[in-house]
Amino acid sequence: MTQKTNSRVPAPAGHAHAHCPHPAPCADNAPCRLCRIEVDHLGVTMGRQVLLKDVSLHIHCGELTALIGANGAGKTTLLRALLGQVEHTGTVRHLTSDGLPAAELRTGYVPQQLEFDRSSPVTVMDFLAAALTPRAVFLGVNRRMRGRVAEALARTHCEKLADRPLGALSGGELQRVLLALALTPQPDLLILDEPVSGVDQNGLESFYQTVSELKHKNHMAILLVSHDLGVVERYADRVVLMQGTVIKQGSPEVVLDSPEFEQVFYAKGGRA
Amino acid sequence: MNAVYAAMDALLPFEWLHYTFMKNALLALLLITPLLGMLGTMAVDNKMAFFSDALGHSALTGVALGVVLGMESQMLSMLIFGVFWAALITFVKHHSKMSADTIISVFSSTSIALGLVVLSRGGAFAKYSNVLVGDVLSVTQGDLLALLVALLVTAACWALLFNPLMMTSVNAPLAQSRGVHAHLVEYAFTTLVAVAVMVSIRWVGVMLINSLLILPAAASRNIARNAAAYLRDSVLIALFCGVTGLILSYYLNTSAGAAIVLVAACVYFATLPLRRK
Repeated sequence: MTQKTNSRVPAPAGHAHAHCPHPAPCADNAPCRLCRIEVDHLGVTMGRQVLLKDVSLHIHCGELTALIGANGAGKTTLLRALLGQVEHTGTVRHLTSDGLPAAELRTGYVPQQLEFDRSSPVTVMDFLAAALTPRAVFLGVNRRMRGRVAEALARTHCEKLADRPLGALSGGELQRVLLALALTPQPDLLILDEPVSGVDQNGLESFYQTVSELKHKNHMAILLVSHDLGVVERYADRVVLMQGTVIKQGSPEVVLDSPEFEQVFYAKGGRA
Repeated sequence: MNAVYAAMDALLPFEWLHYTFMKNALLALLLITPLLGMLGTMAVDNKMAFFSDALGHSALTGVALGVVLGMESQMLSMLIFGVFWAALITFVKHHSKMSADTIISVFSSTSIALGLVVLSRGGAFAKYSNVLVGDVLSVTQGDLLALLVALLVTAACWALLFNPLMMTSVNAPLAQSRGVHAHLVEYAFTTLVAVAVMVSIRWVGVMLINSLLILPAAASRNIARNAAAYLRDSVLIALFCGVTGLILSYYLNTSAGAAIVLVAACVYFATLPLRRK
């Protein structure tokens, strides 16, 4: 069974989310650009294969929503649909606390552990500069851009990695760098796709501590795909159990103790 | 052009540069090698060495197409077919579940076979065999102009494509989430590679063109410590190999393309121990 812990990271006082408006303001007291994302009857079909059907869920700002499910349940497909990278049916609406359409959504994305050519000389500085500026990186990274990249890296405490080759980073270091990039410019929605697979325990805790701080301080909506149910139980505010569609959603306690959860993860005598 | 020749005579008073065809060959290599050295960096980073090899092979079909259609310019028929073939391979790669290397191999074999069937009809292949090994000593002034245009256009496109290509080489969905249109970037890059390969192939040869694209970038990876150095060193190594290979081929009385590639291979192996662990 999943190891139960009582050390869930607490939500800020006054935090309510049944129906926005959200009583907790953003850190700088500015009105939130985004209150919630409403996904209604979303479906994805590739060729003749139905990958997702009738997916409906709400993702709120200031909350970490975790998507769980067995391999092939459609979690990553849902993320890619929300990122606009695969065509889908149904609607995805971005709303303010007044229920009005939100301004253009800024999304930060941290992919699964990357499989890239690690012998390339591209450094962390090159990679972030390429993502943050249209100026071709082969012309060199100027002082202003170096400053911007260093500022971005400081958000996840990894400014010392700036001049290291991307391929020489450990799994944990790479994920912190990718998180730093996802947070620049500050997103309304942060999408984490199994961001710490293959990362050691210290790296994992440190990564989620940073994510928790961001959630509270910057009030962003966070959507996490994870197979680590301990992490989900500890850090998620809401859990969505998927199997081609949403089969259960609610608080971690409700979902992780549900018969649907038992069915998906333990029906064959072991964790999926 | 006479002014350029006069300047070369004044600045480079070497015996091997005495002849006009050697001057043209040197000028051609000063245009071809940076062009291929530049594109090679991202061809290597995007694991496209096999793809560019297949593109080189498709030049044979390009020539055959020109023959069938009665086109006067071999270069034009190779360019048209090369760009079409590159786009077709990329399209099939995106829309098929087969592995990229299998798809590229199918296209590569098809284009070689098709080219050979058409060109060898009636035992006439010997007429076209120069496409296989290339001959940089037969470059004309008009060819130099075509190479100059290709280099300038590619350099301009490169300024726009380098960042998106670099991001895509690390992770395509991540690049897409940052606003990069990964498929469009890939089509643009493969078109550039196709053009660069086709404008250079008559001088370097089908069999060696890919080495000139990949080896300088691979050697540069051994010594470069960041992206700017990676590109700079790849271009410098390509230039060095082009000039050194040409001089060697003059004194050894051998194929220039092969000598250039051998020098590039030597540079690659010489820089290998310098690779950062």
